[in-house]
Amino acid sequence: MSPDFLKLIFGRLTIESLPLHEPIVVGTFAVVATGGLVMLAGLTYLRLWGYLWREWFTSVDHKRIGIMYMILGIVMLLRGFADALMMRLQQALAFGGSEGYLNAHHYDQIFTAHGVIMIFFVAMPLVTGLMNYVVPLQIGARDVSFPFLNNFSFWMTVGGAVLVMASLFIGEFARTGWLAYPPLSNIGYSPDVGVDYYIWGLQVAGVGTTLSGINLICTIVKLRCPGMTMMKMPVFTWTSLCTNVLIVASFPVLTVVLALLTLDRYVGTNFFTNDFGGSPMMYVNLIWIWGHPEVYILVLPAFGIFSEVTSTFSGKRLFGYTSMVYATVVITILSYLVWLHHFFTMGSGASVNSFFGITTMIISIPTGAKMFNWLFTMYRGRIRYELPMLWTIAFMLTFVLGGMTGVLLAVPPADFVLHNSLFLIAHFHNVIIGGVVFGAFAGINYWFPKAFGFKLDPFWGKLSFWFWVTGFYLAFMPLYVLGLMGVTRRLRVFDDPSLQIWFIIAGIGAFLVFLGILSMLMQFAVSFLKREQLKDVTGDPWDARTLEWATSSPPPDYNFAFTPVVHDNDAWWDMKRRGYQRPLTGFKPIHMPSSTGTGIILAGLATAMGFGLIWYIWWLAALSFAGLLVVGIGHTFNYHRDFDIPADDVIRAEDARTKLLAGAK
Amino acid sequence: MSTDTHAAHAGDHHHEDGHAHGTFSTYMLGFVLSVVLTAIPFWLVMSGALPSKQITALVIMAFAVVQIVVHMVYFLHMNTTSENGWTMMALIFTIVMVVIALSGSLWVMSHLNSNMMPMHEMTGMK
Amino acid sequence: MTVAVHPTQSGEPVFYVADEHPHPEGYSTSLGFWIYLMSDCLIFAILFATFGVLGGNYAAGPAPKDLFELPLVAVNTSMLLLSSITYGFAMLTMQQNKVAQTQVWLAITGLFGLAFIGIELSEFAHMIHEGATPQRSAFLSAFFTLVGTHGLHVSCGLIWLVTLMVQVQKFGLIEANRRRLMCLSMFWHFLDVVWIGVFTFVYLLGVLR
Repeated sequence: MSPDFLKLIFGRLTIESLPLHEPIVVGTFAVVATGGLVMLAGLTYLRLWGYLWREWFTSVDHKRIGIMYMILGIVMLLRGFADALMMRLQQALAFGGSEGYLNAHHYDQIFTAHGVIMIFFVAMPLVTGLMNYVVPLQIGARDVSFPFLNNFSFWMTVGGAVLVMASLFIGEFARTGWLAYPPLSNIGYSPDVGVDYYIWGLQVAGVGTTLSGINLICTIVKLRCPGMTMMKMPVFTWTSLCTNVLIVASFPVLTVVLALLTLDRYVGTNFFTNDFGGSPMMYVNLIWIWGHPEVYILVLPAFGIFSEVTSTFSGKRLFGYTSMVYATVVITILSYLVWLHHFFTMGSGASVNSFFGITTMIISIPTGAKMFNWLFTMYRGRIRYELPMLWTIAFMLTFVLGGMTGVLLAVPPADFVLHNSLFLIAHFHNVIIGGVVFGAFAGINYWFPKAFGFKLDPFWGKLSFWFWVTGFYLAFMPLYVLGLMGVTRRLRVFDDPSLQIWFIIAGIGAFLVFLGILSMLMQFAVSFLKREQLKDVTGDPWDARTLEWATSSPPPDYNFAFTPVVHDNDAWWDMKRRGYQRPLTGFKPIHMPSSTGTGIILAGLATAMGFGLIWYIWWLAALSFAGLLVVGIGHTFNYHRDFDIPADDVIRAEDARTKLLAGAK
Repeated sequence: MSTDTHAAHAGDHHHEDGHAHGTFSTYMLGFVLSVVLTAIPFWLVMSGALPSKQITALVIMAFAVVQIVVHMVYFLHMNTTSENGWTMMALIFTIVMVVIALSGSLWVMSHLNSNMMPMHEMTGMK
Repeated sequence: MTVAVHPTQSGEPVFYVADEHPHPEGYSTSLGFWIYLMSDCLIFAILFATFGVLGGNYAAGPAPKDLFELPLVAVNTSMLLLSSITYGFAMLTMQQNKVAQTQVWLAITGLFGLAFIGIELSEFAHMIHEGATPQRSAFLSAFFTLVGTHGLHVSCGLIWLVTLMVQVQKFGLIEANRRRLMCLSMFWHFLDVVWIGVFTFVYLLGVLR
């Protein structure tokens, strides 16, 4: 076969593209492939494919989609954390003339993949998953505003994750750092597929994220149950609203920046090139207009989770609800006015730097107000130290530390010293792990019984908690020290042997976190095995305060047999206090959206198109694009997207719950 | 801020989400206005009627802003009541974001260019 | 759905809606679509910002004055304006439930849109023929991308328009189709608003520079 013909079929994909010369990657592939095959065989043997397809993959139920998001986030956490462990090991070893065990080519891919995966495919799915699961329940709705879109958004996120994962075994990933700054990411310096994997992975996932943002805004604005005014919404719903506003207002910026970079790479335009009038600095400017709101997109829902957890486990109404809401809104707006603090050193001068330095410092005021609100909520409360509360307390201690180093970095002269040093790395891991990750874990432990009907095992949970917290401090405090000593980020080998001890400590910390992750997986397994002991039939295992606890655990497909009416901020608490009686008769048919496979098909086509574009397999890209158009337009010819759950089914489900509740008493 | 979407919604099931519609005369009025508001800037630039380029630039930008408002009101039927004011709120928020991103980028990049790329203007090359 | 939020006369608080009607189909659609348009608006804002920053970097290549033909731009603008008013007429006839007339106005709108795309493409072809390609300078990269993205949106609008005409033909002016026509109307007028920015900031100010 002629090389031209092969090129037509496979683009630039050749046998040499497979990283067979990298023993580490080949080993990983062997493990992943074996594990994957075992799983596929198991699913086939247990005849689960039909069930998964009908009940999960094509489901438009926000609860199932939420759970799938969480699974995606946890699976990707394993990948992202494997990268972290490899980096820690490399940096602990590569001293005194040792090259460590990773070559530069591989190491650069690892730190890029770590950042991209942790932000886009771990933190985002965990946060989106929790919002998807909880928000409709908290506002007393049956589903989100656009259930089909929700399913499509999820699969687009999966599509992006699939592309990023594919880069591990087919070709390579970007070696540019997680934001792919040009000129390094331009075609001249990165001619390989790595940056293209980055671009298309993020674009495919970004579509999903934007659409899910629109969807959740509409849900919160339009589908609140009667009586729930804006100022009676639970705080988690408020922070979700602000987060989704930020998503809709910032992801388009990322889309454009990546599209311009794509044009530079594929068409040869001159946006971010060094010559013909292009400006690489413009890329940095634009991507941080997205990038800074992004960190608030992640952390605001976490703030909401901590608010719910603190008031539930202190047995008190949240202190300063109104100030909490206003602080959230102020953070939302301010997060748009600080992006330049990521590149103080690029040289925009004193006036610009001081403006952005001051706006950055101002953000700490509403954030501090929130911190005091949580503290005052706990003050004189009857605090129950259950797992969600433990994570919350760890968050409060850790996040304050991270916040203060952040304010330090907001001072431009200090930033000139610390820019791109390990101090910065320690700072943002301090706020992202301490804020977002601890928040997600608090949320998982808090809402797990709602989703599955049994609590998570506290022993393994506490073990995981202590490994994580001590591991975090051991891993990142040394990085603060190293940063102050002037060690910059993304280094592969070191000359100064006196630094090694800090990297070894950090490596031990990372290993403890690894044990924390293992304990968490163990926690899930043990809880599943002990599910009868951990069972909760009341639907309200924590004696909680908001509406999601008013229905059964797990909630029926329709969430609430009757739409609730709300009189108070803590709606469910109010209902319990005032002697609410669960209705036992009068059930009616409930109108619900039907499942559809269109979302997964469209996302599959989009992923295939991305793959075709990455490898210059033009026929594949064109074919999948045509497929997208045909399936997308075809879907609009289906006018019957809803069905009624018959009253009999509702009665059956509700009677079953009545029996369970009677048995519990 | 909206109090209760449902209460407001009660009773207007068959009304399309309380969205405003135009009439023949509002559409025509909008059309005539926008034709005028388009024609004048084109004429100003093509004929060079105003003495200085700067004044022309300011005037045509003012016309653009007015025309955008005209389109918003007569074609997109923007008002403060549709969707309980949420569309207007979304619009205002977006305008704020657009202004921040646009003016911020221009400000930041002009400083960066003057500080970091002294030969940037490439004098003599147009 | 009338709901007593406050306690009933007997003093018992109401905690659930006993007699409930589901939200009408498409209850959130117009708000959702509006929010989508706002996000699209930000896409254009960033393209405008890019043009604003890079638009003066000619790299010793052609400048707006050498390239833009304002009479052609004026014709193109009028195409878009006319398509806006004809879409308005389509909406008015839709409200009167006149299927055939609605279809005619939609078709006319589509033709104006097609004319707009045609003129734009011929302008692009002419510029590329003269060597003013998107690769020539950052100014031209930004120009082609901004104007091209708008053109791409109009093209998507045209595909959508044809789809909707088929659906109206097939299923009539049912509630769902009316809602879709209203969304497309917002999309179409929104593109018109963006075009105001394009002809003012790219073409007119470009020629003034």
